[in-house]
Amino acid sequence: MSRAAHLNPKVFDGDVEQVPSRNGYGEGLVIAGEENKDVVALCADLTESTRTQAFKDKFPERFVEMGVAEQNLVTVASGMAAVGKIPFTTSYAMFSPGRSWEQIRTTICYNDQPVKIIGSHAGISVGPDGATHQALEDMAITRVLPNMVVICPADAIEAKKATIAMAKNGKPTYMRLSREKVPVITTEESPFEIGKAEIVWESEKPKVAIIACGQMVYRALQAAKRLKEHNIGVRVINCHTIKPIDRDMILKSAEYCGAIVTVEEHQVNGGLGSAVAEVISQGFPVPLKIIGIEDHFGESGEPDELLKKFGLTVEDIIKGVTQVLRMKGNI
Amino acid sequence: MIMDSGLPKEIILFNMSLSAQENKKLELQADTIRQDIIKMLVAAGSGHSAGPLGMADVFTALYFKVLEHDPKKPDWEGRDRLVLSNGHICPVWYATLAEAGYFPVTELNTLRKFETRLQGHPHRGTLPGIETTSGPLGSGLSQAAGMALALRMDGKKNWVYCLTSDGEHDAGNTWEAVLFAGKNKLANLTVIIDRNNIQIDGNTEDIMPLEPIKDKYEAFGWYVLEIDGHNFEAIIDACNGAKAIQNKPVVIIAHTIPGKGVDFMENDFRWHGSPPGSQDIPGDPAKEEQAKVALKELRTLQGKIRSEHE
Repeated sequence: MSRAAHLNPKVFDGDVEQVPSRNGYGEGLVIAGEENKDVVALCADLTESTRTQAFKDKFPERFVEMGVAEQNLVTVASGMAAVGKIPFTTSYAMFSPGRSWEQIRTTICYNDQPVKIIGSHAGISVGPDGATHQALEDMAITRVLPNMVVICPADAIEAKKATIAMAKNGKPTYMRLSREKVPVITTEESPFEIGKAEIVWESEKPKVAIIACGQMVYRALQAAKRLKEHNIGVRVINCHTIKPIDRDMILKSAEYCGAIVTVEEHQVNGGLGSAVAEVISQGFPVPLKIIGIEDHFGESGEPDELLKKFGLTVEDIIKGVTQVLRMKGNI
Repeated sequence: MIMDSGLPKEIILFNMSLSAQENKKLELQADTIRQDIIKMLVAAGSGHSAGPLGMADVFTALYFKVLEHDPKKPDWEGRDRLVLSNGHICPVWYATLAEAGYFPVTELNTLRKFETRLQGHPHRGTLPGIETTSGPLGSGLSQAAGMALALRMDGKKNWVYCLTSDGEHDAGNTWEAVLFAGKNKLANLTVIIDRNNIQIDGNTEDIMPLEPIKDKYEAFGWYVLEIDGHNFEAIIDACNGAKAIQNKPVVIIAHTIPGKGVDFMENDFRWHGSPPGSQDIPGDPAKEEQAKVALKELRTLQGKIRSEHE
């Protein structure tokens, strides 16, 4: 494993700490608010569950309750940014950027205002709430927007760092968060820079690069460990920034490893896998398997049941690795 | 002149009474802006006619009498903010900004052309004086409300004006903003609705009835003024009167005549989205003659204004 990643030493233990990434957002927002008085938070009637509550408690005069009105949420934020604020807007990803997309496009991205769109409860792992609340398209619809930065942190600590960093980046930024507890794989010491993917597992002679984002990074690490037992070396990359994508890391990994598997809790159309395909197909084509939701809506169920049904387990990643190895003639 | 909204009259009735000389100056300025609009639209070959002509008097009053602004310093921190929510009437905004000195009047001929700063719908960042990008309807009032709230948070005195159309009151986003501004008592926000009763598909009351719009705003916690949107004294008095309302946002329903100043365009929804010269409209001058007839009428009016006051 790459030492520089400073991963949680307990990452492969059965009792690894599990925290929802939205908690990291809540902590990071308070820190961002302490660092800059222009940071304000707006929430659409989901203050507790999006973890905006801590900011509201600490800076009540800088918190704005929007009610169930996601289009107003982002457009009011655009106006606040126009007179110097750094607004963080929170809702569930399905509602913002889901419902508020055109307003985000016109009044935030084209208008180039540094509004932060925080979409919690993204992915199939939202679970029992069912398909209406499982945002599986959010990275596609934000990634396609000029000026927009798109971040999908691997865990709560990374979400905290991303929150603090985006308060300073001066750009429209979308961050997707999860509802469910996910294993904490990074530490305070792990490097984090917007736009820079990190190698979190490196075998001696990696034959495949697994590029993942969000909680799938943990599953990719699990897959890497299992593959090692079968003498298959891989590199695992935490690609927390979907846009701007780390082209340099992806192209170098394509060249070095010779095959790529991408993993995301998102539609295979338009997300991380598509972004990686755009880079390698035009820069260094190698066999590629995109693992994600295969053009389906989700459904109710427990997160693990759903991740299994929709093909996002450790076994699915291992299967993907063997597929690309076959494609490149290594098997 | 100001039709009151059922609330105390004394608050709004301190008419500043424009002098005849000042009124004449504004009338001439608005007429020049209307001529600019016709010329721009002809040069562009596309764009909206009726809305821009109908709002020429409101824009003239705002930029030449009401707003705190400095055309030579468009980013001056002390400026009032003007958000144009119905971005499609931007020809009147562009013409007014140019006449006010934000950029050369000759640049108006570049409207909608390749590499112009005068985009088909307004874009912030290219043209001085444009505060927000707009065009898709229904989102300007929210942005203006956000500005008003943030300015109030910082204890700043800048005023926020938002111009909206009546048609965009079909949009849910508009009403989300009306709720929000009412709840937050954004008294530093003044909205002017261009109540011209037309939208692309026809009359607003046929497409999606808005009346009683005054009652609706009042129910949402706003103070409502209704004025003749072609009467300079009324426009200016209403804007000044709005500043005296301490605990509510104010909406000024400005009744305007779409296409005002060009006889064959007035009150005709068929001129909402077309420029002069693009199509023959039954009963109107042939398309080759439309711009000529319009400009002749406006020039004649200019002569009339001059002679009337002399």
